[in-house]
Amino acid sequence: MSQYVLRRLLIAVPSLLGISLVLYIVLALAPGDPFSELATNPNVPPEVAAALRAKFGLDDPIYLRYLHWLAAMVQGDWGFSFVSRMNVDTLILQRLPTTLYVIGSAQILALLIAIPVGVYAATRPYSIFDQIANTFAFIGFSLPTFFTGLLFILVFSITLDWLPFVYSSDIKATGIRWLFEQIRQAIMPVMVLGLFQAASMTRFVRSAMLDVIRLDYVTTARAKGLGQPRVIVKHAMRNAMIPVVTLVALQMPAVFGGAIVTEQIFRIPGIGSLLISSILSNDTPVVMAVTFVFACLVVLFNLIADILYGWLDPRISFR
Amino acid sequence: MQSAIPRRFDASGPPDCQSDVRRSVFLPKQKSQPPSILLIVDSQPLTFEAFNVPLTGEQLGRRLRRASNTKNRTGTTMLDTELRTMIDEVKDGRMDRRGFVQRMLAFGLTAPMATQILAIGGVAMAEGPSVYKPTKRGGGGALKLLWWQGPTLLNPHFATGTKDQDGSRLFYEPLACWDADGNMKLVLAAEIPSLENGGLSADGMSVTWKLKPGVKWHDGKPFTADDVVFNWEYARDPATATVTIGVHRDITVEKVDDLTVRITFKKPTPFWADAFVGAPGSIIPKHLFAEYKGAKSREAPNNLSPVGTGPYKFVEFKPGDVIRGELNPDYHMPNRPHFDTIEMKGGGDAVSAARAVIQTGEYDFGWNIQVEDDVLLRLEKGGKGKTVYAVGGDTEFIALNFTDPNTEVDGERSSMKTKHPLLSDPAVRKALSMLVDREAVKKVIYGRAGRVTPNFLNGPEKFVSKNTSWEFSIEKASKLLDEAGWKPGADGIREKDGKKLKLLYQTAINGPRQKTQAIVKQACQKAGIDVELKSVVASVFFSSDVANPDTYAKFYADLEMFQIPMSQPDPAQHMRRYHSRNVATKENKWQGVNFPRWVNKVYDAAIDAAEAETDLVKRAALYIKANDIMMQDIVFIPVMHRLKVEACANTLRPVVSGWANETDNLFDWYREATG
Repeated sequence: MSQYVLRRLLIAVPSLLGISLVLYIVLALAPGDPFSELATNPNVPPEVAAALRAKFGLDDPIYLRYLHWLAAMVQGDWGFSFVSRMNVDTLILQRLPTTLYVIGSAQILALLIAIPVGVYAATRPYSIFDQIANTFAFIGFSLPTFFTGLLFILVFSITLDWLPFVYSSDIKATGIRWLFEQIRQAIMPVMVLGLFQAASMTRFVRSAMLDVIRLDYVTTARAKGLGQPRVIVKHAMRNAMIPVVTLVALQMPAVFGGAIVTEQIFRIPGIGSLLISSILSNDTPVVMAVTFVFACLVVLFNLIADILYGWLDPRISFR
Repeated sequence: MQSAIPRRFDASGPPDCQSDVRRSVFLPKQKSQPPSILLIVDSQPLTFEAFNVPLTGEQLGRRLRRASNTKNRTGTTMLDTELRTMIDEVKDGRMDRRGFVQRMLAFGLTAPMATQILAIGGVAMAEGPSVYKPTKRGGGGALKLLWWQGPTLLNPHFATGTKDQDGSRLFYEPLACWDADGNMKLVLAAEIPSLENGGLSADGMSVTWKLKPGVKWHDGKPFTADDVVFNWEYARDPATATVTIGVHRDITVEKVDDLTVRITFKKPTPFWADAFVGAPGSIIPKHLFAEYKGAKSREAPNNLSPVGTGPYKFVEFKPGDVIRGELNPDYHMPNRPHFDTIEMKGGGDAVSAARAVIQTGEYDFGWNIQVEDDVLLRLEKGGKGKTVYAVGGDTEFIALNFTDPNTEVDGERSSMKTKHPLLSDPAVRKALSMLVDREAVKKVIYGRAGRVTPNFLNGPEKFVSKNTSWEFSIEKASKLLDEAGWKPGADGIREKDGKKLKLLYQTAINGPRQKTQAIVKQACQKAGIDVELKSVVASVFFSSDVANPDTYAKFYADLEMFQIPMSQPDPAQHMRRYHSRNVATKENKWQGVNFPRWVNKVYDAAIDAAEAETDLVKRAALYIKANDIMMQDIVFIPVMHRLKVEACANTLRPVVSGWANETDNLFDWYREATG
């Protein structure tokens, strides 16, 4: 297995290189300028913006800029943001805890809802429970997060005045009060994201479960006289989880990458809002770093998913 | 989307909302005039003719200066005596400025003219009335500010946008700043330089600032002239890569003594309050940045943790997210600051920022609320906050291209070697200016945040022309075009000599701008002009990217609409842009800022003269003349004089100036127990 992992890691290198090259070129070709804001500032003569461009190497040819970036990246230097003149890694690390907390909680919430509901619905297909679960699932993934987000704000913040809708990255309280505030302000974004995820995942779990539950070995297990819970959890679910694992694994990078829309609506200072503001201000080093880390995570979690398959179903071998 | 939207929602809003701000927010109580003023009015029948401003401004200025500066005043006229008495009374504090200005108004002088007379008469560019009420330091609780574009860095010399200046200004301070009326307000300086106190040289070549004694940096080190001189050295070094280099490279700053600095200019500079004034002029401490001048500038640890002299001490900063500060117990102004802690939160959008301040009250102040007026009115109903407006000089305008955008000469479109086939006809330009329904734009789009104007230069008051007018009339425009030979063709579009009256009208993507485009297009259609609309993403439109054809500098269109913010209460920078030497061409990589590529020798002469003119009245007259030439030639069609719009909790008493950053007067902000 270690050989398999090593081989997969080696294959990942050229694909990551390819990804970084494409990303860099697309970003370089995209119109815009990190110093465009200076252009409308009458205090700043246009030469100043031009001098800054030259100093930050923006006037070099694309291939040179890419090679510089790559060389620095290999040495662990992620460069610095043109906009805040701060090191990119510091900037990202500062944003990471919030993103992990909010998006991570949302993912956990989604799993906690999706698996039991999906499994239960699959064991009783077309029952009332299944119908209701299906209806909600359809509503859930048909409503975009920017809509539910605004709806939640209108209902819970403005009409009922229960929850704040501006997220604060560090609350000044301590102890139990801190915890309470931390949970209170995360309720809305976590709900918005979690319910959206849960909706599509429920459908997924249900259909995977339905596929498995009709198979002969499940009938065999029942024939042996095993109880329903044992059959479902031990026999059916384990196999049904394989496609679910793929889905979850592919969503894990999103936990680190943040949720751009939701973060913007609730002013959550996560990676997603960093990415969108950097894109808008053409802050190439930050955009490059965030998207590249994202690419690495996708590759990594794909590998993890493949390894998990082997554990879930020993018949899958690593070759 | 965010970067290039002009930050200010500026302009001259309707008088009602302006007075609303000034009266209720800035000047809660009007002082009553001393009765003596009235007596003087009665006793001296000055005639209006004596003050005919544009003609006699210069002589008046000289006479007044003579009158007030000369110790032995002999042979003065009645007028001089009377004025001198009044100016002296103002100087001695027996008459207040407002009283003087109102008296002058009675003689048919405008208020700014009167203010100007005071300035020339040797009364320093006085500080506006302070309305700060708290009688002790602190006790105001937390002040929560919501900036929907969060500051990304805290070094004023690196501030790429006003948001960064706003953030830096919480901790760093300049020598002086601008109040709501564009008057100078002292911060780190002990007195406003004037001819009287020797701070200004008569030839306009230098200015000497006296610094406030006893000011300390947040780490306890004293603030001295060395710090000021260091900021100049730091900023002017190209290796430091500051954005403030433009202000500092053409001046010389020297230390006279520990609390005095002298700035020397290369040529006479009537507007001397550029360096070290306002948020961009904030001063950073020498002892923490000296090692990081030049190429190492980015490595300074204090770039992210400012140690300033301001009312609040730095606590925490997360770029684009939040800035926190706490009360500075050693602040150099009495009873200030009012708030115990300060928080500036970034991110989100303007509408939800307005909501968080006006509707739910989660925050006390929301910056730059560019939201449609009817939305704001709805939020304000029964809400916890309101909108406040500040008048500056920002004007949204349509620029007309004087060169041909469709002919390429030496690889350059809109080249100076071409002439616009349609817009070079003055009748077409005139007709276009009659087809912009400014009243409708105000009513439908800007509401309380805009004022209609016939001028390009809309502030400060003393520079605003009274000689111009505007009208909207499709019939008159049609008639004008008919007379000029533009006859409607078979398709209803006018044409002359085989040229069809078709125009391309571009602007940045931004709700109000697209709506304005639609209003203009509709009127043009009725007059037989075919207008094609184009909107470009703001980050492209306002970029200096040489390779992109859609930038506002390239101007590959017939008309384009945008605004240039006016960042200080002086028109010099603003008007200099349209000097013919500044046309944008391929040769200067489109860095020239005269985008219409308009050349007018009379205008050039007026600007050159104004820049060297130290007589303030004559200088103002020159800028008014420059504006009038522009409006006569119809280089620009002013669409709207825009006001700054901020959201504010009912109990908060902010001081916001249209001439400065929102946080420039933060030391004067306080909260009242009741709304």
